[in-house]
Amino acid sequence: MNMELSRRQFLAATGAGVASTALGAFGFGEIEAAHAEAIRAFKLVNTTETRNTCPYCSVACGIIMYSKGDLKKGEKAEIVHIEGDTDHPTNRGTLCPKGAALLDFVKAETRLKYPMVRKPGSDKFERISWNDALDRIARLMKDDRDGNFVQKNNDGVTVNRWTTTGFLAASATTNETAFATYKVVRSAGMLVFDNQARV
Amino acid sequence: MTNSWTDIRNTDLVVIMGGNAAEAHPCGFKWVTEAKANRGAKLIVVDPRFTRSASVADFYAPIRQGSDIAFLLGVMNYCIKNDKVQWDYVKAFTNAAFIVKDGFEYKDGLFTGYDETKRDYDKSTWNYVIGDDGFAVIDDTLTNPRCVWNLLKAHISVYTPEMVERICGTPKEKFLKVAEMISECSTPTKTMTSMYALGWTQHSKGSQNIRSMAMLQLVLGNIGVRGGGMNALRGHSNIQGLTDVGLMSNLLPGYMTLPNEKEVDFDTYMSTRGFKPLRPNQMSYWQNYRKFFVSFLKTMWGAAATPENHFAYDWLPKLDVPGYDVLRAFELMNQGKMTGYICQGFNPLLAAPNRTKLTASLSKLKFLVTMDPLDTETSRFWENHGEFNDVDSSQIQTEVYQLPSTCFAEDEGSLTNSGRWLQWHWPGGTAPGEAKTDNWIMAQIYTRLRDLYRKEGGAFPDPIVNLDWSYADPGEPTAEELAKELNGKALAPVMDPTDPTKVVVEAGKLVPSFAALRDDGSTTSGCWIYSGCFNENGNNMARRDTSDPDETGAYLKWAFSWPVNRRILYNRASADLNGKAWDPSRKLIEWDGQKWSGYDVPDIAPTAKPQDVGPFIMNAEGVSRFFVVGMMRDGPFPSHYEPFESPVTNLIAPKIRGNPVARVFKGDFAQFAEPASQEFPYAATSYRLTEHFHYWTKHVWVNAVLQPEFFVEISEELAKEKGIVKGGWVRVWSKRGSIKAKAVVTKRIKPLICDGKPVHVVGIPLHWGFTGAAKKGFGPNSLTPFVGDANIETPEYKAFLVNIEPIAGPVA
Repeated sequence: MNMELSRRQFLAATGAGVASTALGAFGFGEIEAAHAEAIRAFKLVNTTETRNTCPYCSVACGIIMYSKGDLKKGEKAEIVHIEGDTDHPTNRGTLCPKGAALLDFVKAETRLKYPMVRKPGSDKFERISWNDALDRIARLMKDDRDGNFVQKNNDGVTVNRWTTTGFLAASATTNETAFATYKVVRSAGMLVFDNQARV
Repeated sequence: MTNSWTDIRNTDLVVIMGGNAAEAHPCGFKWVTEAKANRGAKLIVVDPRFTRSASVADFYAPIRQGSDIAFLLGVMNYCIKNDKVQWDYVKAFTNAAFIVKDGFEYKDGLFTGYDETKRDYDKSTWNYVIGDDGFAVIDDTLTNPRCVWNLLKAHISVYTPEMVERICGTPKEKFLKVAEMISECSTPTKTMTSMYALGWTQHSKGSQNIRSMAMLQLVLGNIGVRGGGMNALRGHSNIQGLTDVGLMSNLLPGYMTLPNEKEVDFDTYMSTRGFKPLRPNQMSYWQNYRKFFVSFLKTMWGAAATPENHFAYDWLPKLDVPGYDVLRAFELMNQGKMTGYICQGFNPLLAAPNRTKLTASLSKLKFLVTMDPLDTETSRFWENHGEFNDVDSSQIQTEVYQLPSTCFAEDEGSLTNSGRWLQWHWPGGTAPGEAKTDNWIMAQIYTRLRDLYRKEGGAFPDPIVNLDWSYADPGEPTAEELAKELNGKALAPVMDPTDPTKVVVEAGKLVPSFAALRDDGSTTSGCWIYSGCFNENGNNMARRDTSDPDETGAYLKWAFSWPVNRRILYNRASADLNGKAWDPSRKLIEWDGQKWSGYDVPDIAPTAKPQDVGPFIMNAEGVSRFFVVGMMRDGPFPSHYEPFESPVTNLIAPKIRGNPVARVFKGDFAQFAEPASQEFPYAATSYRLTEHFHYWTKHVWVNAVLQPEFFVEISEELAKEKGIVKGGWVRVWSKRGSIKAKAVVTKRIKPLICDGKPVHVVGIPLHWGFTGAAKKGFGPNSLTPFVGDANIETPEYKAFLVNIEPIAGPVA
């Protein structure tokens, strides 16, 4: 087993709280124990570990995210550290200059927080509620579909297509999101449909 | 990838051409390093730039961008001329022996049947001779002048080392060194792998670039073996998945295709998808198409898809053109023919070509919706950012909704890597502000649209109101529910076809794999090739067992690999005609007299006798194809075509400009520079840096610090010629746009001599825009032509023409 993992296991097993006892058992005297207690606790001791994969290129390196708070317990969770997953067969713990900086992607200042609308001719975004935004989008879609849906072509063949509203799908959403998206787009009869496979 | 990242450890020779894995896929590239260190493998890099991949290569050869086909056919010609062919493989596992119809020929850059006005071929002669028994006629002796092998030999004979040097600018002795190293892999015990990326796809003949290498790999017998294969290094974390699940205009999930309007009903549609075997005993696995198709329709429309309505076949939209890809979408927008556009995690203002046209197009929309974790340029296309986005907001009437979505760290589900591994991930953080998952956003849009149709009626509501949306919370389907849907389940008991009394899958249970799918409506499966990902054994994508017997690199118990957890496609071809491994040290699967077994899931029926059934089970021929019937728009063989904007004319066929069948919209041709243009004399190309990922990481502080500013890269020779100094400012312009950048003057790029004339290369990285933490900058798409590959419309980003001049820098 490699060094990296055994270091983590050791620290997780001992922990800062039991450090003095453990050190005592190793035969250190009181001075050493006092010194050990003065050292800052390992910063990941009380974090929740979650396995994930890097969202950038297609190597799909395994990563471990460390959070304060546990989503599974219904808590709010703040990711405080991300590192390579040493167990992962492909990257074996390594990350590239992009993957190594993933925490700053999660916490980027330009992460979007609220739905926004830009009205025709305006030079600014304005806050809008999710409900209002989604209601309006559904209305815009339906009005366009009702106005431009082609049920039969000139030869009288049933074609059931809608080509005046289009959809560009992502490159980093999950397969599951992809399928939910597929169902929504195709059931509406959309043909203007593409993804980032080419760019 | 036919193989996987971890399989690269098994190779003897890595060829990186059309990619730059060391910088764009660093942690995958480590397997190249492993092969070099542990097996003594060699690395060849062929690229216009001396990249970081090249810096650790055993041999580097320069090439002019857009001339890869000439290079690869040159290597193939070398191998055949020097008898460096894995003959047993070629004879048994390829269509070398198949006889081609009379009438088919190639002349002056064109194949038989070209129609200049349609920019298309009549492909009727591009076919095999079919015998009275209904099977393709073959000549095992390869003496018939009309057999594929002899036609191929004649077709590529023009690509001599001298011609390669003239076209590609690769010095003859460097080309010959590459050809010689590659040709050594024609023995059964030496294997080469091809690692490529957008350096091959982003050309007007990108598909044929890849075919050329695939054909070379067949000559060498390197497909289906450990350490071999055709390995596309996909650019994004789940673009493999998005393609697998069929999120493209003309696709259904699992590489089935959407009907066109000539396929007026279910039976007409199926009549061209019968995939009758072209040789005796062959599996021709697509014969099961109907099972996958019906199971997909049942997943979509559940109880409303019945045998009586042909499983709601009519509810699928029918195409009138080959596809509404992103280029056609912007063309239609620009013509004022579109109302709305919805961009989910996609930033086309920077990602699609010819930015001026993109801005004009988006400005004509009534509405635009973006869903993204980041503040993208597309969502702010209407906002003035000085020279970086010089628009007048008051003149743009588009209504824009910018919806905040979660990122990977806050979302659950699977991504499919380049090696086809579906790996599950879990959320670890709370999303910022009101950001929501894409599943939630899509469900919210869908349920609102559905409810409006229920309430108001409207244009053909049936496919919308009857869509199966039976999730526990219709407002937000879970990743597990959707994964099970992709996998598929039995709606009624599925019986064993060989024993009608035996139940294979009980009603209501998840199917174990696509082998259990049926065409009578008794099964569902959203994406047949993913079937097996989440079955009654549980979520196989979440498996984390790292065991790897004999260290083959297969990792069969780690995650799930499509199809059916197979790690190397066509792996039956790793064994000879008797079922024994070509290379005993690289055994993959073998025939024991009764069945196939080994380190991987066999890519063949377990009891299919090796002498009878060919390894390429998806092909009606049962073998692989040097000559392809009907599937490629630009020819059954690859042929050298210049980019639409080229510094030289086509030496093989001087009258042909670009790819003769690539789609060019009216108006765009006028925006191409002439071949060998004086006005735009330099050959430009786009690329990535290792410190950045597309347009995302300029939002990330660390990466913005590492590479803060847009630049272009030129040779010392060009800099001297133009009076450009290191770090000085330049203007670069094409027939479509103009950008400003700092100049990086480098030894990494050197002028190439093509047909006696120097060609200067200008490198343009692609990571800057006007939002994020990095300095504002431009990208190559302000310059690139609006044209795509003839088969799949990938934009020609890698080869175009520009001019360059030094300018005074901005006042600090």
